[in-house]
Amino acid sequence: MLELKHISFAVPEEGTNQTKIILDDISLTIEDRQFVAITGPNGGGKSTLAKIIAGIERPTQGKIFYNGQDITDYSITQRAQLGIGFAFQQPVRFKGITVKDLITLAAGKKLSTSSACEYLSEVGLCARDYINREVNASLSGGELKRIEIATILARKTLLSVFDEPEAGIDLWSFSNLIRIFERMHQEPQGAIVIISHQERILNIADRIVVIAEGRVLEADEKEAILPRILDRSMECRFQK
Amino acid sequence: MDAIQKELLLQVADLHEVPQGAYNLRVNGESAGRSVTENIDIVTKTDKSGIDIYIKPGTKKESVHIPVVLSQSGLTELVYNDFHIGEGADVTIVAGCGIHNCGDQKSEHDGIHTFYVGKNARVRYVEKHYASGDGTGERILNPQTIIHIEEGGRLEMDTVQIKGVDSTDRKTVADLEAGATLVIREKIMTHGKQYAKTDFVVNLNGEGCGADVVSRSVARDESKQEFLSTINGNAACSGHTECDAILMDHGSVTAVPMLSANHLDASLIHEAAIGKIAGEQIVKLMTLGLTEEEAEAQIINGFLR
Repeated sequence: MLELKHISFAVPEEGTNQTKIILDDISLTIEDRQFVAITGPNGGGKSTLAKIIAGIERPTQGKIFYNGQDITDYSITQRAQLGIGFAFQQPVRFKGITVKDLITLAAGKKLSTSSACEYLSEVGLCARDYINREVNASLSGGELKRIEIATILARKTLLSVFDEPEAGIDLWSFSNLIRIFERMHQEPQGAIVIISHQERILNIADRIVVIAEGRVLEADEKEAILPRILDRSMECRFQK
Repeated sequence: MDAIQKELLLQVADLHEVPQGAYNLRVNGESAGRSVTENIDIVTKTDKSGIDIYIKPGTKKESVHIPVVLSQSGLTELVYNDFHIGEGADVTIVAGCGIHNCGDQKSEHDGIHTFYVGKNARVRYVEKHYASGDGTGERILNPQTIIHIEEGGRLEMDTVQIKGVDSTDRKTVADLEAGATLVIREKIMTHGKQYAKTDFVVNLNGEGCGADVVSRSVARDESKQEFLSTINGNAACSGHTECDAILMDHGSVTAVPMLSANHLDASLIHEAAIGKIAGEQIVKLMTLGLTEEEAEAQIINGFLR
């Protein structure tokens, strides 16, 4: 479904003539209906990789193929129209745009209030209280995060990329979040890429990719890789 | 009324035909229709151009429409409309002016509206300004609003100017007695070489009174806007003024909020934010499949809703 070939991304380093390498020769394949979790230390390049898939950042080197089609030069809009969805780590706020507006735009067609409400109920928000609220600073981080996920559900995307969906979500909603991803995974079509540090999310993935210092450190089936990751985190705990 | 006049009426008053209840319709400087009710009387002024609107104390759930339509190029008018709202009334007043100017001479409507809001009365005042026509003649609207609110009264003013007005200088002055409330929501969009100035002065004179004055605007192309807002806290009161503006193209916005607190228990706040559309807002909507232009239009529509 998605193939990243030798993706590199570098930015000019401030105050010098040098460039800073964020991603260094990353190659990854995501199969149809596959649930891939990307994990690794902070600052390792995970979010940049997600943005490169959505078209928000352009790689300085390498190619991206989506169902065999070279989409490296496609805009954000073109990729969205092909069925790629992206949930922001820090959802954007809008003055005057309501939750219903955003879900309607995501669905790409007129929605009745009750069908817009269904998406909100799925992410554990009492729809009646939220549907006409503005997506502005009056909503908490956790509320915005759930609305962000609802926009992805409304889009019915073929490839959904979530950047740390658990950040800002309280423990009570966390089980709900896991259920959403499990349900999405059962859908007949659609692959899921989730950037996460949470063991419970890694645990429901088919495949886990560890990215550190801009490179793929390891990538394997969940069953093979998860015990190794957990062992390492135990080691770290003892080193403190 | 002809088709152009009907379109103007639709734009400024959301009216397809003559409204229900009390109304006074002014077309090209002359009265084109009037209706009064048992509780609301409309009387033509004898000393100058304009009308007096009398709303009886205790009138509930009634509305008054006083739209003005100008479709004749070169017409300049100055009109005084006074609203006398009786104690305890609860009414909606819809005013608005639509200009269509196809000619090369300027068309100008200057309306001076004075509100006398009685004790514990509640008024929702909706004012819309709209202009159209592709003539070179300027379309000018200079509304003035003077508001007196007695004890416990409340006036909510929604003022909108979205399209076509070349030049506008809007002045609003209000004074509030004890426990009175004033809420103003202004929305302006200018384009081309348009100029819009708004100037609010609110005097919070009575104990426990409060005002909330919020302006949202978008300045496109080469247009210029000025926003002045003064709140004087002369008693134990609360006041808030906010100017939130989006710049596009080569638009320019100046915001001058001014607070003076003349009483120890006056609590006044001002906020002003001017800037272009946040890039991340456009990116978010693009990830939903909108083009950059569509995203921009959605953001502006929401902002000015």
